[in-house]
Amino acid sequence: MGGQQKFNLNDFSELERRLLNDFQHNLPLTSAPYEDIAEQTGASENEVISAIQKLTKDGVISRVGAVFTPNKIGVSTLAAISVTEDKLQETADMINEYAEVNHNYEREHDFNLWFVITASDEERLKDILSEIEQKSGSQVLNLPLVEDFHIDLGFDLPWAHSSE
Amino acid sequence: MWGSDLMLDSVKNVSMADYELDEIDRKIVLATQAGLPLDAKPYHKVASEIGISTDEVMQRMQAMLSHGVIRRIGVVPNHYALGYKGNGMSVWDVPDDKIAELGEKIGALDNVSHCYHRPRHLPEWNYNLFAMVHGHDRDEVEQQVQQIAELLGDNDRGHTVLYSTRILKKTGLRLQDKQGK
Repeated sequence: MGGQQKFNLNDFSELERRLLNDFQHNLPLTSAPYEDIAEQTGASENEVISAIQKLTKDGVISRVGAVFTPNKIGVSTLAAISVTEDKLQETADMINEYAEVNHNYEREHDFNLWFVITASDEERLKDILSEIEQKSGSQVLNLPLVEDFHIDLGFDLPWAHSSE
Repeated sequence: MWGSDLMLDSVKNVSMADYELDEIDRKIVLATQAGLPLDAKPYHKVASEIGISTDEVMQRMQAMLSHGVIRRIGVVPNHYALGYKGNGMSVWDVPDDKIAELGEKIGALDNVSHCYHRPRHLPEWNYNLFAMVHGHDRDEVEQQVQQIAELLGDNDRGHTVLYSTRILKKTGLRLQDKQGK
């Protein structure tokens, strides 16, 4: 998240806006998906691919692809730990060394490190949790998902409301 | 550790899923989890990498999509780059017997990107509903949180917002291959 470049939404081309707004869900599952998008947007296939390349390079999109549902592949949990400021970085580094840790955020709370672990099975998940407890010397708050209420409609981009 | 009693439930959910991934599905997940190749024929590339036909890749991805293993396929925007710098994890203590009804209402709000029921852990953690709220800044997040509080009314028995101050790691799903690489 280094650069913190702020994009003025009006700077995006019509094609870029369409890509960002209309294709969060329905990248065609066809042999030439960008050609299909080109037909729908009135651009050429090359223009679509170049636009995606540019948006990716600029960090506006993180990727184009499948978003996998939590807990359908492997077993995951949200965990939190409370560490003192002077031990924060070393504890975070220790946690991040696990390839199974895919998110780790510092948050303003007594529980100040919040991380998501996705392991291949329950055994591995338990092992990682106990190892983190052992190495950090602090108890881990383990908060596995009970129910997911969100209907994922993608991320609502601001210009969708700009005419209101 | 706290909450290991609930681990079994999360495992049960997995085995109850009506779609079992086989070895080829796992290969597709491995090959696509960091994004599709930026190529005119991305599924063709995935297919040749795995050694199956393009049709099979597309059929299997369609099946994973239909069964909810894949939530969506598309452009994944970066909220931060688009100016959404406020990222608040709002956590709520709501009555357990109403959580499904309340969770669905909150999950449907525009600026809520995730809404989950998670276990409480008394006395350290008394919140059972998590709603991730996004805004351009904290004021905007606070307004959204206020809106949720109003929506919950008396069912809001306490809440707080945990703002992120640093992202220490963020990657897509990382499925480890069997070789442990």
